[in-house]
Amino acid sequence: MKVVVIGYGMAGARLAELIRAHDPDAAGIELTVLGAEPHRAYNRVLLSTVLAGGLSTEAVELHDEYWAEKNQVDLRIDTAVRAIDRDAKAVLLADGSHVDYDALVLATGSRAWMPPVDGLSGECVSAFRTIDDCARIVARARAGASVVVLGGGLLGLEAARGLVGRGCAVTLVHPKARLMERQLDPGAAAVLRQSMQRLGVTIRLDVEVRRHVAGQGVELGDGSFLPADLVVVSAGVRAEDGLAARAGLAVDNGIVVDEALRTADSSVFAIGDCAKPPSGGAGLVQPAWEQAAVVAARLTGENSLARYTGTPMVVRLKARDVELAALGDVHATVDDADAEVVQVHDPARGRYAKLVLRADRVAGAILLGVPDAAATIVQLYDSGALAPSDRLALLLGRALPGAPNAASPGDLPASAVVCRCNTVTKGALVSAWQHGACDVAGLVSATRATTGCGTCKDAVTDLADWLTTADPGSPRAVSHCA
Amino acid sequence: MGTALTASLVATHCPYCALQCGMSLSGATVAPREFPTNRGGLCQKGWTAGSLLNTAGRLTTPLIRRAGELVPTSWDEALDVVAGRIADIQARHGKDGVAVFGGGGLTNEKAYLLGKFARVALGTSQIDYNGRFCMSSAAAAGMRAFGVDRGLPFPVTDLDNADVVLLAGANPAETMPPFVGHLTDAELIVVDPRRTATAERAALHLRPAPGTDLALALGILHALVADGLLRTDYVAERTSGFEDAWRIAAAWWPERVERITGVAAGDQRHAATMLAGATNAYILTARGSEQHARGTDTVNGWINLALALGLPGRLGSGFGCLTGQGNGQGGREHGQKADQLPGYRKIGDPEARAHVAGVWGLPAESLPGPGRSAYELLDALGTDDGPRGLLVFGSNLRVSAPRAGSVSEKLSNVDLLVVADFVLSETAALADVVFPVTQWAEEGGTMTNLEGRVLLRQRAVEPPEGVRSDLELLRGLAIRLGQPVDRFPVEPETVFEELRRASAGGIADYAGVSYARLRAGEALHWPVPSEDHPGTPRLFLDEFGHPDGRARFVPVDHGGPAEQVDDEFPLYATTGRVMQHYQSGAQTRRVPELMDAVPEMYVEVHPDTAIAAGLADDDWCLVESRRGAVRARVRIVSSMRTDTVFLPFHFPGDQRANLITNPALDPISRMPEFKVCAARLVRP
Repeated sequence: MKVVVIGYGMAGARLAELIRAHDPDAAGIELTVLGAEPHRAYNRVLLSTVLAGGLSTEAVELHDEYWAEKNQVDLRIDTAVRAIDRDAKAVLLADGSHVDYDALVLATGSRAWMPPVDGLSGECVSAFRTIDDCARIVARARAGASVVVLGGGLLGLEAARGLVGRGCAVTLVHPKARLMERQLDPGAAAVLRQSMQRLGVTIRLDVEVRRHVAGQGVELGDGSFLPADLVVVSAGVRAEDGLAARAGLAVDNGIVVDEALRTADSSVFAIGDCAKPPSGGAGLVQPAWEQAAVVAARLTGENSLARYTGTPMVVRLKARDVELAALGDVHATVDDADAEVVQVHDPARGRYAKLVLRADRVAGAILLGVPDAAATIVQLYDSGALAPSDRLALLLGRALPGAPNAASPGDLPASAVVCRCNTVTKGALVSAWQHGACDVAGLVSATRATTGCGTCKDAVTDLADWLTTADPGSPRAVSHCA
Repeated sequence: MGTALTASLVATHCPYCALQCGMSLSGATVAPREFPTNRGGLCQKGWTAGSLLNTAGRLTTPLIRRAGELVPTSWDEALDVVAGRIADIQARHGKDGVAVFGGGGLTNEKAYLLGKFARVALGTSQIDYNGRFCMSSAAAAGMRAFGVDRGLPFPVTDLDNADVVLLAGANPAETMPPFVGHLTDAELIVVDPRRTATAERAALHLRPAPGTDLALALGILHALVADGLLRTDYVAERTSGFEDAWRIAAAWWPERVERITGVAAGDQRHAATMLAGATNAYILTARGSEQHARGTDTVNGWINLALALGLPGRLGSGFGCLTGQGNGQGGREHGQKADQLPGYRKIGDPEARAHVAGVWGLPAESLPGPGRSAYELLDALGTDDGPRGLLVFGSNLRVSAPRAGSVSEKLSNVDLLVVADFVLSETAALADVVFPVTQWAEEGGTMTNLEGRVLLRQRAVEPPEGVRSDLELLRGLAIRLGQPVDRFPVEPETVFEELRRASAGGIADYAGVSYARLRAGEALHWPVPSEDHPGTPRLFLDEFGHPDGRARFVPVDHGGPAEQVDDEFPLYATTGRVMQHYQSGAQTRRVPELMDAVPEMYVEVHPDTAIAAGLADDDWCLVESRRGAVRARVRIVSSMRTDTVFLPFHFPGDQRANLITNPALDPISRMPEFKVCAARLVRP
């Protein structure tokens, strides 16, 4: 069977890998992958790390130069597709040639949306979408440069954080009244704003951009002017569904597919950002990878009934010193009758935690500045497991009930194990004392306490001190050492 | 019983774990002894080890099954019967009709002679040992990365100067307490789903969901690279394969790993920063990361991290695996493993076969090839092409094997089950013939501890009347099977002299180790290729064991547990150890003081999980999986994950944790997945 994949991004590359994992010798599937960018596939999720200076562009490549050959993939990068001829089951390329298919998978992703602002083009304007965008931004983002980031969503915030880390003077402009308005409630957005400002990002909310003057800066709707050596646009994305639309396939802000990720044409599939399955989930890599697995299972015959039924959406900001996770239903409030909502609001310390439970299960959460809680709550959300009854401990994350260090040996119960290596309880030590072991050495030889790893020496010494100084009525009163 | 050989103290080592703490014996009385690994410390198991010498259930006569009952018999009769039945089975089913199962507690001499007995006297390929359930993933990973597998490729005392130590799936505060004395100055990063005694000492405790350790190792490696902490000079000069390993780790950014493991992305970065910022750092793994169906890959994931940090082969830093059983190291080097000949040689390697066959005075083609791994061997018992007879040495399979219910059934149905032990273990109780053999202080022999140091364990007491050593047992059988008398010596030192020659030139080269040098107190870590060689306390300082001298990054990817939780079995069950007991408990359950401390099976459960199952603290419950149910007393532990329960595996009968464990095997090491299976809690 001839399978053609249009798109060599994270979804297309993953699909190719999964097909070859199941069909390593290309016995069943002849695989062609067409990539529009002039690069091998790279990990788009890590571009904000590249922008922040952590990783080189080479380090985020998904495949090495031998991958296609080793895996018997006809890989063509820098290859534009002109059209799909569904009747002929062929893909027409820009150079006039065509590639036949039995099954076609569209993994064309999405493109950055550029708001219709005067002058928003040219050398000192860049989207933040591709590896070339990233290189362009890095080249201009020298320390001291003024940068305006347009867009207060996830990517805009990550870009702003990375650029501040490079020493740029960054202003983030967002047309809405609060940051990440779809994923955050007002309280969280306010704390996030403070956290970003503390890191050095200036935030301008609820204001449009009027025009851009190349080399000078941007003028805002309120008439103020922001100087900018560079403008980074992160104002959202649009599905790359034009090719599909021109081929007569239904599109609706994405290529419309069923749970099998098939279009109305049973030979044509779509996955990743360009696809619109019944239970959506575009914009993140996890759904794209899960969709790739479904299509790979169907094409290889590994599971011809595989379906994509949605991915629990977890938004996780990747920005140094800002720990933010948002998931599920975040807009329920404490007054909500059919939800249990627990909230901690601590703006002074950059913390905001909100947990929404329904029927004792996590239905949503916003976790800002409480990283441990985020890790646990996301797992509960994914697994659908019952949430622990101690909601506050869950929300605070670190509140693990480890054994507290008792203030005084006197406060320990007799059953408390003092020397774990030899199972010696406080009671056993006290009893040894009562039988004449009246100093540390005596306690050690009578009970073997401290003779394992030796780390309870201090505890045994404290206990001996306590026994020595204990008031009448203490064990010492009946001790032979009295 | 327990008669002292001399009035004075005899310097010996503890019978239990691979730390092999120094102790002195006077009769059955133990006193701690200064030795580098334990520095005069002992845990409760060590202190009370002397009582094993006088234990009530001590076997002093061979037993043979007559009319369903095990009854006393003579050595001669028992040996005659066993030899006769072996010959009979092999006549009907071929040489491979009889199998041998060894143990990681056996001395080097016994492990070596057991391998020789199987290959030469029985001519069977079917031999493996319980170390397969213990160190096999660590061993396979070490071989892949370094070309050599020595648990710690440096002396334990090197750890004293560590600044940061990451312990992956290791709980030494319970499993080898005196070892923790070497970690007192270091900041610890402890990777364990449970808040163990070791985790309570940690500066940073990472709690991955069971079965997700490899994802965590990948996440920390990712964080290390993304934060610019990769030791690029070291990677370029001393390793190969980084790019391929990175390409996989690149897909495991900390936030993605967080979702799989439950370990906060910030904590992954913190771990990377702590390790990279230390002058002296170590990464150590143990069973928690290894006893998985992806255990070998998981260990390689940790090794990749260690290599990215430039730790292995650098003085003051390193990577190691904490060996479990007393002779878990030596026991995996000298030929009781299915695919192995003495000196850590491969049984499929023609040169190795020629060398060992030469030492044995036999043609190389007479040696059988590789056989089945431990669980596969047990699972094949009694099947059409599987063994019909099994000889067990130093192992209590009914308790320690995975899916223990099925293994017990197989053991009950073989034509011949022979067990050599010093007490009637649960496995011995099923046997057709039981041989009473010497233990620990009643016999001489060498052990190789967790740091690859060869120790001489001297005989301290006379064995009881009627008890013989395993070496004598092997010779008795070998002669009856037609072997020449001198091919199976009974003096440990004579056996060791032969082992030296057999291991000469191998990876684990003991050629230069002698009883005389050990008696003189020399600290000999293998390889010791000649008598004038000082031994090798630190491996890899100049080069690694691969022909190009480089360590290898192995491209490993996270896969997750073999069995996922679902609505029917919604909890992860993980198994492990408690301080008071050792392995199957065959020994420690006979020590009253240890039984007073931990007398019975329990299961650690989060309070909410217990309430959901209608259980309270101290209730008896059943922990069920698709393979069986284990009875355990509920211990409410509020630091447990709500999705995880913990079971120690030291108890017999219906309290065997291994009744529920999953025998899914690692494709490389053939290690079963002891550490995670899907389970549920049920009120009985």
